[in-house]
Amino acid sequence: MRRLARFLKPYWKQIVLVVALLVVQAIANLYLPDLNANIINDGIAKGDVDYILRTGGFMLGVTLLLGIVSVIAVYFGSKTAMAFGRDVRSAVFRAVEGFSAAELNRFGTASLITRNTNDVQQVQMLVVLGLNIMILAPVMAVGGVIMALRQDVKLSGLLLVVIPLMGVVIGIALSKALPLFRQVQAKTDRINQVVREYLSGVRVIRAFVRTSHEQKRFEQANADLTQTALKVQRLFASVMPAMMVIFNLTTVAILFFGARRVDVGSMQIGNLTAFLAYMMQILISVMMAVLMFVMVPRAAASAERIVEVLETEPSVRDPETPAPESGVCGYVEFQQVGFRYPGAEHPVLCDVTFSASPGEVTAIVGSTGSGKSTLINLIPRFYDVTEGRVLVDCVDVRDVPREKLWAKIGFVPQKAFLFSGTVADNLRFGKPDATDEELWHALEVAQAREFVEAMPQGLDTPIAQGGVSVSGGQRQRLAIARALVKRPDVYVFDDSFSALDFKTDAKLRRALRHETKDATVIIVAQRVSTIMDADRIVVLDRGRVVGIGTHAELLDTCETYREIVESQLTLEEIA
Amino acid sequence: MSDKTEQTPMPRPGFGPRPGGSGPGRGFGPGGGHFMMGSGAKARDFKGSLKRLGTMLKPQALRIAIVIVLAAASVALSVAAPKVIGKATNVIFEGVVGKQMPAGVDKAQVVQMLRAKGQDRLADMLSAMDVKPGQGIDFDRLGRVLATVAALYLLSALFQWGQGYLMAGVSQRVVYDMRARVDEKLARLPLKYFDDHPRGDILSRVTNDIDNIAQTLQQAMTQLITAMLTIIGVLAMMFSISWILALISLLTVPLSVIVTIAIAKRSQVQFSRQWERIGALNGHVEEMHTGHAIVKVFGRQKEAIERFDELNEQVYDASFKAQFISGIIQPSMNFINKLNYVAICVIGGVRVANGTLTLGDVQAFIQYSQQFTQPIVQTASIANVLQSTVASAERVFELLDEPEETPDPAEPVKLREVRGRVEFDRVSFRYVPDKPLIEDLSLTVEPGHTVAIVGPTGAGKTTLVNLLMRFYDVDAGAIRIDGVDIRDMARDDLRRVFGMVLQDTWLFGGTIRENIAYGKEGATEEEIIAAAEAAHVDHFVRTLPDGYDTRIDDDAANISQGERQLLTIARAFLADPEILILDEATSSVDTRTEVLIQRAMAKLMKNRTSFVIAHRLSTVRNAETIIVMDNGRIVEQGNHEELMARGGFYHDLYVSQFERAYEEAI
Repeated sequence: MRRLARFLKPYWKQIVLVVALLVVQAIANLYLPDLNANIINDGIAKGDVDYILRTGGFMLGVTLLLGIVSVIAVYFGSKTAMAFGRDVRSAVFRAVEGFSAAELNRFGTASLITRNTNDVQQVQMLVVLGLNIMILAPVMAVGGVIMALRQDVKLSGLLLVVIPLMGVVIGIALSKALPLFRQVQAKTDRINQVVREYLSGVRVIRAFVRTSHEQKRFEQANADLTQTALKVQRLFASVMPAMMVIFNLTTVAILFFGARRVDVGSMQIGNLTAFLAYMMQILISVMMAVLMFVMVPRAAASAERIVEVLETEPSVRDPETPAPESGVCGYVEFQQVGFRYPGAEHPVLCDVTFSASPGEVTAIVGSTGSGKSTLINLIPRFYDVTEGRVLVDCVDVRDVPREKLWAKIGFVPQKAFLFSGTVADNLRFGKPDATDEELWHALEVAQAREFVEAMPQGLDTPIAQGGVSVSGGQRQRLAIARALVKRPDVYVFDDSFSALDFKTDAKLRRALRHETKDATVIIVAQRVSTIMDADRIVVLDRGRVVGIGTHAELLDTCETYREIVESQLTLEEIA
Repeated sequence: MSDKTEQTPMPRPGFGPRPGGSGPGRGFGPGGGHFMMGSGAKARDFKGSLKRLGTMLKPQALRIAIVIVLAAASVALSVAAPKVIGKATNVIFEGVVGKQMPAGVDKAQVVQMLRAKGQDRLADMLSAMDVKPGQGIDFDRLGRVLATVAALYLLSALFQWGQGYLMAGVSQRVVYDMRARVDEKLARLPLKYFDDHPRGDILSRVTNDIDNIAQTLQQAMTQLITAMLTIIGVLAMMFSISWILALISLLTVPLSVIVTIAIAKRSQVQFSRQWERIGALNGHVEEMHTGHAIVKVFGRQKEAIERFDELNEQVYDASFKAQFISGIIQPSMNFINKLNYVAICVIGGVRVANGTLTLGDVQAFIQYSQQFTQPIVQTASIANVLQSTVASAERVFELLDEPEETPDPAEPVKLREVRGRVEFDRVSFRYVPDKPLIEDLSLTVEPGHTVAIVGPTGAGKTTLVNLLMRFYDVDAGAIRIDGVDIRDMARDDLRRVFGMVLQDTWLFGGTIRENIAYGKEGATEEEIIAAAEAAHVDHFVRTLPDGYDTRIDDDAANISQGERQLLTIARAFLADPEILILDEATSSVDTRTEVLIQRAMAKLMKNRTSFVIAHRLSTVRNAETIIVMDNGRIVEQGNHEELMARGGFYHDLYVSQFERAYEEAI
C-alpha cells in the first residue's frame, strides 16, 4: 500500500488542507455539546430567553462554519482521491501497454482488467474514506475523551467498560461474518457457474435429456446459498440490536451515576447532557473507525495487485542504441533460434534456422504444441528469443525500435480480434489515411467484399467489441483485410484461415498470392491444402525443424510431413 | 466474448454515500453498500411490477405480519424511552433545585417567597415541579425510572432481533423460490429464446437481478417498516409533549426533504454519469488488453493511450463531482437540524420558565426531534432503491413470462424398436417469418444410411439438426422417425433416440468420469471405461495424473480441443443412440488426435443412421445422401455421383474444396 502513496504526493498541499479542515471540523463538533449544555444550564434552567437566543445564534454560526468547512474538506478530499485513482489507472494502463506477450500471459488479460478497474476502485474508495471518516473518527474519539474528562473524570471511567465491550461484540461479529461472506461469494459463484453451463450447453443438455439432472444441480446450489445467506442475515439481525443495547444502556448508566455526581455538587445538570453527547460521539466514532479499518486489508490486497503490475519490468524493451537501417526490405531470417519460457524444463523452440525473402511464401506446419505460433511471435518481438537471433531486413529485431519493426509487419492473429467501431475503422487500423478504394480492394482480396456490401451500412456498419457481431469466418477475413490495408513488407498469418471453408480458403489464397507478390509471407497453418503451394514449407515437430522444402520434396523426404498430409487427405484408408 | 458481462459485472449506478447520516450500526457489511447504489434503471411498469413482487411475498404473509407486529412493538418501546429518560432528568433536576431550598419549608411557601421577590418566572417553573425542599435527588425514584428505561431498551432490542431474524427467513425463502422458478422456466423455454438472447443478459437476470431483489428484501423491507413506524411513533410523542414544538419541528421536515432531494438528484445524475464513463473506460481497457498484440503491430499504442487518458479524465470529472455533491447533503442536514434545535430550545426555554413544560420534557423533545429526520431521509433513499429493485423484478418477470415450448402431447407415441428410418415430408421452416429458409424439403433416410450436410461457412447447416432434435419445430410438413411424426412423441423420448457430437464441445465443471457419464444416467464404471476405450480417449485419460478423476476447468484449459472432442464422442458411445448427429471438426486439432477422432467417429457411425455436417472428403463420398446448403437453403441433394454429374454448386464446391487437394497430394 505504501508503494502507492507516491501517487498522493503531487496532492500533498490538498491533503494537508483536508486534514487541517477535518481537525477544525472535529473541534467544532465537540464544541457543540458544550453549547447545548450552556443553553440548558444557563438558559432553560434559569429561564433566560435572551441567553438562549444569543447562544443559539452562536450555535447556528458554529454549525454553518462546520458545514462550510466540511464541504470544503469533501471538495478537496474527493478531488484528491479521484485524482489519485485517475493517476493510478493511467500508470497501470501505461505499464500494461509496455508489457510484452510474456508479461501479458503471466497476468492474464482478465486479471489485468480487474486490476485496473476494481482494484483501483477499492484503493480509491479507501482514500476517499481516508481523507474523511478515517481521520475524523479518531480525532473525534480522542477529542471526545478529552472533553468527557474535562466534564467529569470519574464518570469517564465508564468508557473503560463500554469500549472494550463494544470491541468484543464487533470483534465476535466480524470474526463470524467474514468467513461467511467468503462462503456466500463462493456459493453465488457456484450458482452463476451452473447457470452459465446450462446456457452454454443447453443443446447438449436437452439432447442428452439431462434437464432434470441440471435442475437438481441448480437446486442444490440454490439451497446451499440460501442456507449460508440466511446465516449471515441472522448474524446481522443480532448485531444491530446488540449495539443499540450497548448504546442505550450506556445512557442509562451515565444518568444513574451522573445523578450522584450532580447530587454531591461535583457536576452541573446541564453538563450531564453534554457528557452524554460526548459519550455517544466517542462510541460512534470508535465504531465507525473499527468498521472503516475493516476495509483496509481488502484495499491492501488490491493495492498489492496493482503494485505488482506497476513493478513488473517488461522483458522486451527497445534498444538503447538502435542499429542503422540496412535499406533492404522484407527479409526475415531465423538463425539457430531457441526459445524457452522462463522456468520451463523443455525449450519450445530449438535450433530453428530458415530465411524468407520478398515474393516468397513460407509456410510453417506441425501438430499442436510444435511451437508454430511461438515461432512467429518472435518476429514482432512479442517474445524475445532465448538463443540465436531473428533478423528482419538483415538487422537483429532486438536492435530496432519496436515501432519501426512493427511498421514493417502485417500480422493476422489466430484469434481474429476486431475493435469496436465501424468496419472502416477496423480496416484503417494500420493505415488511418487509407481511402475507401483501398479498403474495398483489401476486402475483395480477403473475400470479404460480398458480405460487407450486404451489410446494412457497408463500410460504416458498426462492429461490436471483439467482433462478436460477425461470424468467425467473417471476422478472420476482416482481420486479413486489415493487414492488407496496411501494405506491410512482411505478412504473418497465424493459422488465420481456420474458420474458413475450403472454397473460401482457396479463393482467398489465390487472390492473396497476387496481392502479396512483392512481400514476404509467412503462414502458419493446420490444413495442408492451405499451404501446399508455398515456396517453402517448414515442418516443425516438438520445437525442431524436421524438414524444409516444397510440398513435393517433403512428401518424399519428410516422414512427419507425410503423416500430416495423409491424416488430412486420404481418410478412406485410415477409416 | 459474449461472457464479458458475466466476468466483469458493471457496478450498478450509485446514489453515493447515504444522505442524512446513519444511525449507529445500520447496514454495514456486504449488503451495506447496497444503499450506495440505487440504480439509474427505471421500471417500465412500476406499479404493476411492484404489485407482482408483492404477490411473491404472499406465501410469507403470516411471517410478515409477525415481523410487522414485532417491529411495531420494538419501535413503540424505543420511542417511549426518551420520554421516560426525560422523567429521570426531571427527578435529577428536582433534586438539584430542592437541595438549594431550605429544609422544612414546603413548596408553596417557596413559591410565594419567590413571587414576593418578584421572581415570577422562577416561581412558575417551581410550582410545576415536584420538589421537596431541602431534599437532594430521590435515588430510589431515579433507580426505578432508569430501570424502566433499561427494560424498555432491552425489550425493544429483543423484538428488533426477533424481527430481523424472521425477516431473514422471509427474504431468503422468497429469493430461493424466485431462483427456483426462474430455473424451472429456463428448462421450459424453447431454444429460440437462448439463440435470440445474449447469454450475459439471461445470466444477469438469474443472478444479478435476483441478488438485487434479495438485498432489498433483506434490508430495505425491515428498514422501511421500522422507519415508517418510527415516524408515526415519534410524531405522536412529540405532539403529546407539546404541540407547538411539534409543529415547529414538522416545519423542518419539508425543508430537509426538499434539500435532500434537490442535492440527491444532482448527485444521482453525476453518479450515473460516473458509472457510464467507468463502463466506457473498462470497455476500452478490456479491448486494448485483449487486442494488445494487434494494437502494437498496427502502431496504435499512442492512440490507445490518448483515448484512455481522455476517458480516464472523464471518469475523474464525473466521480469527483458525484462525491462532492453527495457530500453536501450531510452538512446541510446538520444545519437544518441545528436550526430546529435552537428553535426548540428558545421556545422550550420560555415554556419551562413559565412552568408549562418541564426540563425533562424539553430534553425528551430534543431527542425525538433528532430521531425524526433520520427515518424520513431513510424512507426517501429506500424509495430510490425500490426503483432499481422493481426494475430488476421486472426483468425477472419478463423472463418468467416468455412463451414456453408447446407442451408434449398428452399421450405421446413411444417407439419400441427404433430402426432409424428418417423421413422429411415437405418440410418448410424459417427462423424469421419473412426470410424463407427451408421450403418444401422431402428426403428419406433409410436405417443405417449416412446423410452428409455440406456447404460453405455460415450456410446454416445446423438448421437441420435443430429440426431433427425439435430444438425448433417445422412450420409446415412433418419429420417422421419410423413413420411417427416427431411432434407426436415426447421430446425427451425423441432426444433419447439421438446422439449428438458437436464441434462446440460442451464439457461442464466436473471430473472426466462425470462428463462421460453424462451420456447415460446411472452408467457403471465399466460402461464409462468401455466408452472411453471406444472413443480412443482411455489412453489419454490414463496419462493424466488423476485419471478419470481429473477435474475439467471452467474453460478446460488443461485439455486440448481435440481431446475434448474425443470425450464428447465417448459420451455419445455411452448413450448408444439409434441415430447420430455429428459435426466434423474444422478447427485446430493436431494430426494425431485428428486421426483418433476420425476413427472414433467412423466406429460410432457404423450401423446407425447418421447426419454428418461434413468437412471430410471420405465422409462425403461414402454418404448415401448429400445435402448441399448455401445461404441457409438447401440447394441440391443426391449422392456424390449424381451431384457431380449435375455440375452444379456441389460440383464447384467439391472441386475447390476436395479434389484439387486430393489429387495434388497423391
